[in-house]
Amino acid sequence: MCGIVGLYLKNVELQAQLGCMFKPMLIEMSSRGPDSAGVAIYRNPVKAGQTKFSLAHDDSGFLWETLETNLAASLNCEVATLKVANHCILVTDAAETEVISWLQTNHPEVRIVGSGKSIEIFKEVGPPEKVYEQFELVHASGTHMIGHTRMATESAVTTAGSHPFATGADLCLVHNGSLSNHNILRNNLEREGIKFQTENDTEVAGAYMTWKIRSGATLRQALEDGIKEIDGFYTFCIGTQDGFAVVRDPIACKHAVMAETDDWVAMATEFRAIAHLPGSEQARIWEPEPSTIYVWGEQ
Amino acid sequence: MDLPVLFIILMLITLTHIKFIAMKQNIPRTQPRKSATFDDYTLSEIRRAAVSGIYDIRGGGSKRVLPGLDDLLFLGASMSRYPLEGYREACGTDVVLGTRFAKNPIQLKIPITIAGMSFGSLSAQAKEALGRGATIAGTSTTTGDGGMTPEERGQSEILIYQYLPSRYGMNPDDLRKADAIEVVVGQGAKPGGGGMLLGQKISDRVAEMRNLPKGIDQRSACRHPDWTGPDDLEIKINELREITDWEKPIYIKIGGARPYYDTALSVKAGADVIVIDGMQGGTAATQEVFIEHVGQPTLACIRPAVKALQDMGMHRKVQLIVSGGIRNGADVAKALALGADAVSIGTAAMVALGDNDPELEKEYQKLGTTAGAYDDWHEGQDPAGISTQDPELSKRLDPVMAGRRLANYLKVMALEAQTVTRACGKSHVLNLEPEDLVALTVESAAMAQVPLAGTDWIPGKNHG
Amino acid sequence: MDMLDLKELGVRGVNSVLHDLSKSRAKSYKINNPMGQHSIACGLDAPMQIKIEGHVGFYCGGMNQHAEIKVNGHAGVGLAENMMSGRIQVSGNASESAGATAHGGLLVIDGDASSRCGISMKGVDIVVGGSVGHMSAFMAQSGCLVICGDAGDALGDSIYEAVIFVRGKVASLGTDCIEKEMRPEHQAKLKELLEASSLQADSTEFRRYGSARTLYNFDVDNADAY
Repeated sequence: MCGIVGLYLKNVELQAQLGCMFKPMLIEMSSRGPDSAGVAIYRNPVKAGQTKFSLAHDDSGFLWETLETNLAASLNCEVATLKVANHCILVTDAAETEVISWLQTNHPEVRIVGSGKSIEIFKEVGPPEKVYEQFELVHASGTHMIGHTRMATESAVTTAGSHPFATGADLCLVHNGSLSNHNILRNNLEREGIKFQTENDTEVAGAYMTWKIRSGATLRQALEDGIKEIDGFYTFCIGTQDGFAVVRDPIACKHAVMAETDDWVAMATEFRAIAHLPGSEQARIWEPEPSTIYVWGEQ
Repeated sequence: MDLPVLFIILMLITLTHIKFIAMKQNIPRTQPRKSATFDDYTLSEIRRAAVSGIYDIRGGGSKRVLPGLDDLLFLGASMSRYPLEGYREACGTDVVLGTRFAKNPIQLKIPITIAGMSFGSLSAQAKEALGRGATIAGTSTTTGDGGMTPEERGQSEILIYQYLPSRYGMNPDDLRKADAIEVVVGQGAKPGGGGMLLGQKISDRVAEMRNLPKGIDQRSACRHPDWTGPDDLEIKINELREITDWEKPIYIKIGGARPYYDTALSVKAGADVIVIDGMQGGTAATQEVFIEHVGQPTLACIRPAVKALQDMGMHRKVQLIVSGGIRNGADVAKALALGADAVSIGTAAMVALGDNDPELEKEYQKLGTTAGAYDDWHEGQDPAGISTQDPELSKRLDPVMAGRRLANYLKVMALEAQTVTRACGKSHVLNLEPEDLVALTVESAAMAQVPLAGTDWIPGKNHG
Repeated sequence: MDMLDLKELGVRGVNSVLHDLSKSRAKSYKINNPMGQHSIACGLDAPMQIKIEGHVGFYCGGMNQHAEIKVNGHAGVGLAENMMSGRIQVSGNASESAGATAHGGLLVIDGDASSRCGISMKGVDIVVGGSVGHMSAFMAQSGCLVICGDAGDALGDSIYEAVIFVRGKVASLGTDCIEKEMRPEHQAKLKELLEASSLQADSTEFRRYGSARTLYNFDVDNADAY
């Protein structure tokens, strides 16, 4: 049970204000989700051949520079790290699978929160306002952002249980609602080799998407299959490299609203999150239909 | 071969054959044995289903044997714990509910309230009796699925107004007249319940109050029409507070499904008071399959709910009411010892009024049942005049007398609870603790998280 | 008209003023900067006029009694839920469960209504200038739902005695909801509601829908309907 928000900037001149525009949207959803918060911001795309990782460690004093040096040496590659609170953005030209392997072997306590060309994921336990401050997001610039405020339902309030959940390169998922067959799905996905960190239902939805896309499905196909196979009440917002996607379950009891102007496209669980955006009063406002996939920014 | 030899051989064969036949006729039969799986009740239910083509509907709560409060015992006083004198040394039973947000919390003289039961499932006389009895005893009653009647508001000094998925009879005037509002997410008899309640014929007065055509089968919504989930419930609760200017405590009532998470989410949604109703909790009418197979026993729900409150630092700040098969002062004291702030009674209150009385046995037999087993309340033929709308039958219940009976019963429960509390050395029933209890079975020890009697062992916690 | 700035006063501040009948009874108010907040002008209990400039959140005008509320913008979930009397009109669209369980009064939605419009309605009249979403008039007990545009799936599922008028297409009908004959008394009622709503529409272009009443008393051969 939660609040979800998404903002995609059509007007490139606004990109420098992304973090500033997004902040009140996320904060407005605090009452729906007081337990933890997370965002995925798409910015600073890396060069061809490079991959960007979002990493996290429970110990905010962890020495990322040491990890950087050791990784560069082990895999004979270029590595740059930037520490942001207890998270770290790591850019490297090494192969993604090798980096993941190295991290899992040498630093199993480091959480791999996301990866891709431009995505950066930050999420932590605590009130949304604090989380936003902690990760210095108010001055961030970028092309688009999705965020989540969490009220934990059937699983614990932990960082690992927070959204967004990474589901593939530059892909992540946030969820409002409560799934009802995620335990069976989790068992099936575990047999396909997917590892889980939490009891969280959203993590299962994210893993399902990951597995589908890894098996060759397009985003749309994966979402279409998801509508059939995932049971329960949900509004999903999926962050993609180029924008975001929204889908609601067939019963559609969890509210969701979209708004669009010449400058931006936004989605939120409640309109009052969108109300803070410039031009929201005159925006075209509508609600996504159930069992329908909406995608913005597709190229 | 000679003929005589042949004859003798034939005779021998025939005689042997006759002997065998005689033996067979003296074989004793085994004892007739009924199947535990296909017992009498199950066989009768299969036959009923085969004729009717529809599920069985009845009232009441779970009737089967379950781990329950009877499996717990108080330790009492001894060398290290000293009792209080009855009468002379005070033992308080008062409790305040709804201190978190409301301007006017509910003050009760005893920690026992009357649970929600609708006018429609009960007669007007029965509702009046409940109001009278509760008021004498210094406690509250609760409206049910159908709205507030002037009789009940008139008789009940403290009235909790239920806010249900059906919203039958819901209106702001009654909302403002109420002392507290109880948002019903579910109840123990049917967590997730709804669907068709067939055979529950609606009487004229009830039809009018609920805005339904007369004489039809009643349908029951299982979800609220304008919110789903604790994040949206938070907004709905705020609306109810806005409408009533933040004066009244808001309760959330839930069936015994996931008591730990349900309690935590109710706190997050903004509840002042949480009511958890176990599977022994009664209903006016629902599908038998719900009552017996969905929802957990009350005992299994109490400790998880209390733990959720403790984990959030909300124990005694958001109050917990436990219901579902509460029968006597021992049950009251045990629920409080496990961490509840109060209990609620439904079935027991009906029995105190006169439900299922053996004096009416002849009439129960005419209905194909017997005193103590009568549960087809939705058929509206209650000989005690309690769970019926029939004017002739409901006249049988004298609300003043019945109110007196309820008040007496509530007093006895309170006295019993005080007796036990004093014996445990406490001057207030809310000072009872889990450490005052032991369990007789492994299941109840595990559910209540108290030691198995004679050991230090709490299953799942330590080795003793 | 007195002005109330919700940005300054907050929802509680605005509602306290509106609930103070010693001051507000015969008055009219304009509420600015609603900012999509919830429960604005809910629980009103007097014949006052309220104009809200901007978009409102959930439960605007909840349990309204006697008051007239006009929203110049869009409305969130549960607009006019459980309204008893009075009138609420929104110039834009309304979200899910508009007019839910309302007992009386008139709700006018100039634009579209989302799913579950008129769910469990108990006597209210609702007029929608645009279309309504799925499961509208679900378990609707009494009152009229007038839809000038189209209706989504499962219209009038499990409907009791409420009446639905639709001018456009119906994606699908819910269980026990059927098209019915338009008789003079229905025409008259429809005309009256359209006039009261001040939406321009020709009452002769509508069709009537209502309960087939097959769910009123259980019949085992109808078990599939459950």
